[in-house]
Amino acid sequence: MGQTENITLTVNDEQVTESVPVRLNLVDFLRNNLGLTGSHVGCEHGVCGACTLEVDGVMVRGCLMLAVQADGSSITTIEGLGENQRAADLQDAFKRNNSLQCGYCTPGMMASALEYVETIRNPDRDAIREHLSGNYCRCTGYQSIVDAVLEVVEERAKR
Amino acid sequence: MKAADFAYEKPVDLASALDLLNDEDRDIQLLAGGQSLMPMMNFRLAQPELLIDLNGVDELNFIEEEGEVITIGAMARYSQLQASPIISQHVPLFTLALPHIAHAAVRNRGTIGGSVALADPAAEMPALLIALGATITVISKSAEREISARDFFIGIYETALGNGELVKSVTVPKAKKDNVYGFYELTRRHGDYAMAGVAIAAGSIDPVSDLKIVLFSVSDKPRRLKDAEAVLDGKDLDNADAHASVKRALTKFEFQGDLNADAKTKQHLAGVVIKRTLEGMV
Repeated sequence: MGQTENITLTVNDEQVTESVPVRLNLVDFLRNNLGLTGSHVGCEHGVCGACTLEVDGVMVRGCLMLAVQADGSSITTIEGLGENQRAADLQDAFKRNNSLQCGYCTPGMMASALEYVETIRNPDRDAIREHLSGNYCRCTGYQSIVDAVLEVVEERAKR
Repeated sequence: MKAADFAYEKPVDLASALDLLNDEDRDIQLLAGGQSLMPMMNFRLAQPELLIDLNGVDELNFIEEEGEVITIGAMARYSQLQASPIISQHVPLFTLALPHIAHAAVRNRGTIGGSVALADPAAEMPALLIALGATITVISKSAEREISARDFFIGIYETALGNGELVKSVTVPKAKKDNVYGFYELTRRHGDYAMAGVAIAAGSIDPVSDLKIVLFSVSDKPRRLKDAEAVLDGKDLDNADAHASVKRALTKFEFQGDLNADAKTKQHLAGVVIKRTLEGMV
């Protein structure tokens, strides 16, 4: 057993203190130590986007950050987004547009899409595709995902 | 796979980071954004004994304007560069290239210093720095020195960094009124590593002066296409011979193939990216 460190962080608005091996990555910590299995582990080298989640307000790859690096951070996973309703309209739009089939990419896709509708907000299909380019989906062919994101961008602009 | 075990230190200032780094007995890796190092560790291509996490060293994270230059701290993240008014005003080549550097979630972590120190031949940043004539400042416990980007990148993952040194900052000149820049890369998916790419900087284009054509992801490191630069100097970019001279220059360039494409394909793709970039600059 190698080096371990104590970390304290906020996960989905709850404070957590745990002792973690320094080699443990963030997404494994969330899944295995905290039971938050909504964030998926795909490639473990930052290519597929399945582990994308929010750390201190920005979307990052959960597999390319160590749990020990998240000490003092605030993290929101797909479970947290489900509770706080921040992505409720996006979830509805994904459902309406059949923007998922197997659902494996969806938590990461939702994180990237949420960053787009909250910060970029450009109602342009090419810009949406570019922003989601770091998230693989092997079911939908992306068309319906872009449809859903565009719908939400347009709906939010009217509010 | 998961990373092999290592010891972990997170210094809170540059002096303590340099103290830790001043250790010739241990295999040390510096952790900046981690967007290349973490995959390498997960694949066990990298198995450092000690990982020094620089994410607590705030003095390495800055973007400063001073006189005719912009200096960027090693820990400035790509997303910060994209959001910076200093960069958008004074470093238009970065503005052109940044959207092509990986994906949004990767740019939220990845740092300029990490890319420079890694020297991946497929990465954009080393090519951009050569095109801009940038200077890289490196520091160790005992000394600080400046190295031109031209001399810094030596080969595949190989740089002029010595033992105990780390990249402190990168200094680029501000763009002047007549300067023109171009950037283009070919990828299978937007944001993936380029199959071939080019960064072009020109002092002026009508007629052409001070032209730098830097190809990346086609060789062991970003390399200038000097034969074409010399032929195009003093001419109009849209003259009919421009593309023919580029093609001739490419036959003398040392291309190297990789997993995606052999040297011959790289040569063809290099011609395509240069043509498209020059057309966009006219």
